[in-house]
Amino acid sequence: MDIHEYQAKDILSGYGIKIAEGGLAYSPEDAVQRAREIGGHVWAVKAQIHSGARGKAGGIKICKTHDEVEAAADYLLGKRLVTHQTGPAGKVCSRLYVEAGTEIAKELYFCFLVDRSSERIVMVGSAQGGMEIEELAITNPEAITKIYIEPAVGLLDFQAREMAFALGLDAEIMSHAVKTIKGCYRALRALDVSMLEINPLVVTKSGELVALDAKMGFDDNALFRQLKISELRDKTQEDPREMAAADRGLSYVGLDGDIGCMINGAGLAMATMDMIKLAGGEPANFLDVGGGASAERTEKAFRLVLADKNVKAMLVNIFAGINRCDWIAEGVVQAVRKIDMKVPLIVRLSGTNVEEGRRIIAESGLPIITAETLAEAAEKAVQARNEVVAKAAALEI
Amino acid sequence: MAIFINETTRIIVQGFTGKIGTFHAQDMINYGSNVVGGITPGKGGQTHLGLPVFNTVKEAVQQAGAEASIIFVPPAFAADSIMEAADAGIKYCVAITDGIPTQDMMTVKNFLRRFPKESRMILTGPNCAGTISPGRAMLGIMPGHIYQQGNVGIVGRSGTLGYEAADQMKRLGIGISTSVGIGGDPINGSSHRDIFEQFEQDPETKVVLMIGEIGGPQEVEAGIYAKEHMGKPVVAYIAGLTAPEGRRMGHAGAIISSAGESAAEKVAMLKDLGVIICPTPAAMGETVAAVLAKL
Repeated sequence: MDIHEYQAKDILSGYGIKIAEGGLAYSPEDAVQRAREIGGHVWAVKAQIHSGARGKAGGIKICKTHDEVEAAADYLLGKRLVTHQTGPAGKVCSRLYVEAGTEIAKELYFCFLVDRSSERIVMVGSAQGGMEIEELAITNPEAITKIYIEPAVGLLDFQAREMAFALGLDAEIMSHAVKTIKGCYRALRALDVSMLEINPLVVTKSGELVALDAKMGFDDNALFRQLKISELRDKTQEDPREMAAADRGLSYVGLDGDIGCMINGAGLAMATMDMIKLAGGEPANFLDVGGGASAERTEKAFRLVLADKNVKAMLVNIFAGINRCDWIAEGVVQAVRKIDMKVPLIVRLSGTNVEEGRRIIAESGLPIITAETLAEAAEKAVQARNEVVAKAAALEI
Repeated sequence: MAIFINETTRIIVQGFTGKIGTFHAQDMINYGSNVVGGITPGKGGQTHLGLPVFNTVKEAVQQAGAEASIIFVPPAFAADSIMEAADAGIKYCVAITDGIPTQDMMTVKNFLRRFPKESRMILTGPNCAGTISPGRAMLGIMPGHIYQQGNVGIVGRSGTLGYEAADQMKRLGIGISTSVGIGGDPINGSSHRDIFEQFEQDPETKVVLMIGEIGGPQEVEAGIYAKEHMGKPVVAYIAGLTAPEGRRMGHAGAIISSAGESAAEKVAMLKDLGVIICPTPAAMGETVAAVLAKL
């Protein structure tokens, strides 16, 4: 789960990390009010969306008058911002963070993440801040310092100092730097943070170390014990279909293709989508219905897949282990009878009680296309999709 | 031979008396696994499915000679159960539980490393379907009947995709020595590479099939190990060709978050390392058959 910059900054300031003074705004009037409260004569008006690289996408405006603050807020609120992290659909900005302008002497990059290879938390820093780390990793990998943290003892002072020196910080702010770095680590451990990025971390002209941006992601598996963090969820930043699926205990990811999928198991789902692509089609979604695919769950999954108006054919691929093919078949037949399906349906069943499952489908009298193997299922789905497209084209002529 | 488990391995079930634990314990017993009891703290001394219930894993090791364990404990408590098993002297543990926090798994891995290698418990999972040595023992939740006994070792992240592979092989008359699920989480007990080591030493295993997916470094690390240390041929399929960057595909670990983690990149690197790639997920059986035919 991701949170907004202002939420991350609020958390981090509680752990001793310095942030610029700022406030939240939901309207241009709010934004001006925040600027007045903050005082000074330079403000940053920042779009709050769940994505990095907001600056490049035009989501951050530096303003020198209250009128400029108002205009920036008016421009940003309700705007759909597209970054390389949001995907082509982008994300809509519905809140702003107005922050006091900071006089920057130096921009640094700093983050913590879970390193899957060493199975440890790794701290990553670079004296070349502001840039994206992926870019830097390619253009100038020597400029990146990585320090791995031993879980039993945690982040040690000398490691924090090593990082601070690698960031090129002066001796005068060393103790504050160590406090900042260790504060981030404490937040990470206490709150089940899976990713914490401060880009840029800046040294101000007055010699302070300030988190100018902050991005935090949390381990979804740990939210059961982080109830305060769960409350920070902003559902407007998430795909509504994926959320609807999650609420029903299904795992769904919407894609750009037009062959809808319902599969049990994440690995088999990915493999089935691969097979569709290899057969010349494009999957409309990833959908794992999980182990206990009851008739009710099957119906919900069908509705979710078919809610995507791009879908021109639907493929069901179930390998029953704990499940039984006859139960799945009953569920599919019930779902098709209840929902007025307008696209062809291809069903492939395998595993426990497969004969019984196939008999139920065959005897239902419904126009369901069946397949025995994974390859056959994908080919038939692509073929059915192509026929639908051809028919539609013929009608237009 | 097979690896990890056979018909004599003395198995206990942690989370024995719960609904899921009961269901799968019965299924494992029906398959022929040598289940000798289970753990449910507070229910020690009772009998469940005709077998003794213990309060602690230590008691099960002392009184029933438990060697292997399977964990059905809910995510909030699962890491503790894994460490209890390791501390009690269990040799091999399968964690089925899905949803264990990443930091808990880091603690588990760190705890396991405190034991000298010869007495260290081997953990596979979490978030996996378990391990099966067909015809001998099942320590998992898979449908046992789809696995035929034979000479191919399978290691994979996914449950149902592993079933698909076993089914394709059975249709071609190919059997399996052991199939190991390592699970879909970002930090897991054993990696593909760890399981490769076991298969390389197992005289019964002639070919190894790796079923990988997007995300993380483990498939390529296993490929490097295969090139440097293995005599047996390795076949691989990597799922997730159509997965977009930065989106989690069901499994907590199935996410492309940095260079080298996409299916296409992994396939290219594995090819360079001499691993035989299955062109499609429907060709896992045929690809293994072709490799077996050349031996």
